[in-house]
Amino acid sequence: MIPYEIQILVAAFLFAIGLIGLLTRRNLIFMLMSVEIMMNAGAFAFVASGARWTQADGQVMFLFVLTVAAAEVAVALALLILMHKHFKTVDTNQLNSLKN
Amino acid sequence: MTQPIWILPALPFVGFLVLALAGRYLPKKGIAATGIGAIALSFLYALYLGTAFLSDPAHRMEFTLWEWIRIDSFVPSLSLSIDSLTYIFILVITGVGGLIHWYSAEYMAEEEGYARFFAYMNLFVGFMLTLVMASNLLVLYLGWEGVGLCSYLLIGFFYRDPANNYAARKAFIVTRIGDTALLIGLLLLIREFGTLDIQTISNNATSVLGANTALATAVALLLLGGAVGKSAQLPLQVWLPDAMAGPSPVSALIHAATMVTAGVYLVARTHALFILSPLAMQTVAIIGALTLLIAAISALFQYDIKRVLAYSTISQIGYMFLALGVGAWSAAIFHFVIHAFFKALLFLAAGAVILALHHEQNMFKMGGLYKKLPTIFWTFLIGSLSLAALPFISGGFFSKDSIIWYALASTNGNILLWTLATVGAFITSLYTFRMIFITFFGTEKTHVHYIPGKTMTIPLIVLAILTTFGGYIELPHNIAHVQLFSEFLSASLPAVSIKSTLPPEGILQLVVAILSLAGIGLAYQLYYKTEPTYKTSPVRQFFLQGWNFDKLYDTLFVRPFVWVSKTNASDAIDEVFDYVGLQLKKLGNTLAMSINGQINWYLASMVIGFIILIVFMIW
Amino acid sequence: MQKNTYMDILFIVSSIVAVIASAMAITRRNAVHALLFLIVSLMGVSMMMYTIGAPYAAILEIIVYAGAIMMLFVFTVMMLNLSVSPEDEKRKTGFKTWIFPLILGAVLLSIMAISFLRDPSWEGLHQVILPKHVGRLMFSHYLLPVELAGVLLLAAIVGAYYLGRTRKRNLHRYLQNQEDSYDTL
Repeated sequence: MIPYEIQILVAAFLFAIGLIGLLTRRNLIFMLMSVEIMMNAGAFAFVASGARWTQADGQVMFLFVLTVAAAEVAVALALLILMHKHFKTVDTNQLNSLKN
Repeated sequence: MTQPIWILPALPFVGFLVLALAGRYLPKKGIAATGIGAIALSFLYALYLGTAFLSDPAHRMEFTLWEWIRIDSFVPSLSLSIDSLTYIFILVITGVGGLIHWYSAEYMAEEEGYARFFAYMNLFVGFMLTLVMASNLLVLYLGWEGVGLCSYLLIGFFYRDPANNYAARKAFIVTRIGDTALLIGLLLLIREFGTLDIQTISNNATSVLGANTALATAVALLLLGGAVGKSAQLPLQVWLPDAMAGPSPVSALIHAATMVTAGVYLVARTHALFILSPLAMQTVAIIGALTLLIAAISALFQYDIKRVLAYSTISQIGYMFLALGVGAWSAAIFHFVIHAFFKALLFLAAGAVILALHHEQNMFKMGGLYKKLPTIFWTFLIGSLSLAALPFISGGFFSKDSIIWYALASTNGNILLWTLATVGAFITSLYTFRMIFITFFGTEKTHVHYIPGKTMTIPLIVLAILTTFGGYIELPHNIAHVQLFSEFLSASLPAVSIKSTLPPEGILQLVVAILSLAGIGLAYQLYYKTEPTYKTSPVRQFFLQGWNFDKLYDTLFVRPFVWVSKTNASDAIDEVFDYVGLQLKKLGNTLAMSINGQINWYLASMVIGFIILIVFMIW
Repeated sequence: MQKNTYMDILFIVSSIVAVIASAMAITRRNAVHALLFLIVSLMGVSMMMYTIGAPYAAILEIIVYAGAIMMLFVFTVMMLNLSVSPEDEKRKTGFKTWIFPLILGAVLLSIMAISFLRDPSWEGLHQVILPKHVGRLMFSHYLLPVELAGVLLLAAIVGAYYLGRTRKRNLHRYLQNQEDSYDTL
């Protein structure tokens, strides 16, 4: 049995990769993808924790995370479509109207 | 029963209000009637009150209006009182003031701001009455400041000329220096006595301050500082010659008869404090003596007729201070009354001359007027005789003579003071008749445009009569025993103490009389026999400019101050605070650069914050 | 080798696959390539979850995450033609771009194949958490959050619809030809 800490470590690794991708890429699609990677990592951490103590709660939590991810993706992609319509590009560097 | 003595100052204040608010709607006659009427009614009421004083000089009227301030145990109220000293002043202020108002009805008829003039004059009389009727020093200070304000307003009456505004500011600022000294003195008095009530202070002076202590001297000298400022004595006499920029009635009322004598009144009123300190008394006498000489010499070199009279006023008030300093209290007040008469007369007559010659003030451009303006000439002459203190025929003789006598005879007097006063008398006579000969005799250089009418000449005549006969109420001992004046004041002012061994009074009187006549004679030689021309030289310039006190003050005080202001124009202290603000602004700008609208930047910041948070949570 | 070590090896391999695939996903230039790598990563994570005894989660991951959510991504990319950034149009797509995904996919496939073919049993694991247990918990203990999750999805649907609809602008006929230059938001 893989030790619990290793499982969490893997989840952390995945989270970190997702984070790096979020910070590095300018393309909105890639940023959303990175967010998905991060959420997936988090969800896996939940599942691993649930399995550690043989409780089903972890998987229930996983379900909720999944739900949230789905909802978020739906709205985010709608926004992405809007952005594409407005700016003709999905480069987030164009979204700087909040500049002082 | 208490008489409503508050009516006395209230009437001029009402006159002021009416003229200030409704002056523009009234016709000229109405304005004059309001202005003169307020003062005349006050005078009549004062006469009515006088019946109580005639029977009993020690009578005292008091009236408390209301409690003014309440701080702990210091509770000054707005209270007025009249005793014999105050009564004399009230009569002079309202009487001579009324005559001057009457005169101004014609004098100011052609000027703009007719209503404003009378409003300010009424305001002034109201404040002056408040000053002399004050029962405590705080109300006195109120009147003090009020007359200072009116002096400023009236000197700068012709405000369109910036020189007049400068003169008004100068007067106000110089008297302010004195006022500050007076204020510090008042604060000391509050600290020592807990009250500013004059009666209380006078009764308890010895016990609270102690005789001849440093504290008593300090208080007396501070009060003297205020008096010196207001009365234009050394070293604050520089404002009075410039104050002649105001109209002649203003010069007559404020800068001859009344306001400048407020210092004399103050010292006389607080004599109890001055008596405690021989040093202060000496200072008063020395200041008086020096001032009278310096001013008299300066008057000798002037060419503007009003400036001659201004320096003459400074000099005569020097005589009053000299009298106060040697302890001859009632003699000083006597001279004040007589001086009020003849100086107001001289100023009004000079004003009439100036108006007749269409605003020509240079004496050397006048001449030959005694034929063209006879009434004015004769009244002017009578005033000048009084000023020069010609024996017996003028009131000035009796008052000035008694001062000069007491300068030697009083226990505080000495031969030096007597000598200075006597030399001053000689010079006074000299410059007075210089003025007469140059102005009224010789060839006519400017033609008479306008003969002044009755409204201007009748007050002159009244004042001339008062000058001549006013002196007879107080005659020196060796001539007759008429002591009406000093007896009247004996309730308010202590009698002068005289040395035991004295030179004979008669001989000294003779010396003074001869000197005054000699002055006339010398003036006759210099200015009548030969045609007077104005010469300048560095020596003459020095005396013309009043011994260059203005230049002295300019170098000592004004220039350094202006220099400091100029170098500090960007305000060093401000810059320190600005620097702080500037740095904060820079910091803000630096921080604002983090709001660059780049999403990646925001995400990175969030991650960094998150990491910091986690680190804190783990450790 | 004990039976449970298969699960351990499986876990290790799938975790490596998942990590590498994620790393690849974020470094691609082509969005579709990245998405495919992401799907591989998801499948790796699903495998990881299966090996630690959560089959329900593993299945859900495949069906919902890789199956639905990634489909959304792919459809969006395809629709908006975002797959190729302007500078990439010149680059050729050759065999080089295929190697790595193939290797990854092969590894994953082989591992899954080996494990299923080697008669894996559930013994040796702690205990497998059956879907039955999850369902029991979901509808008793966590009933309210489940309902709320449903509401959340409703909100997402409505929001996505609202944001994505096109509005017809009624322009004056003289301004009709200007319509193209405006972006209706």
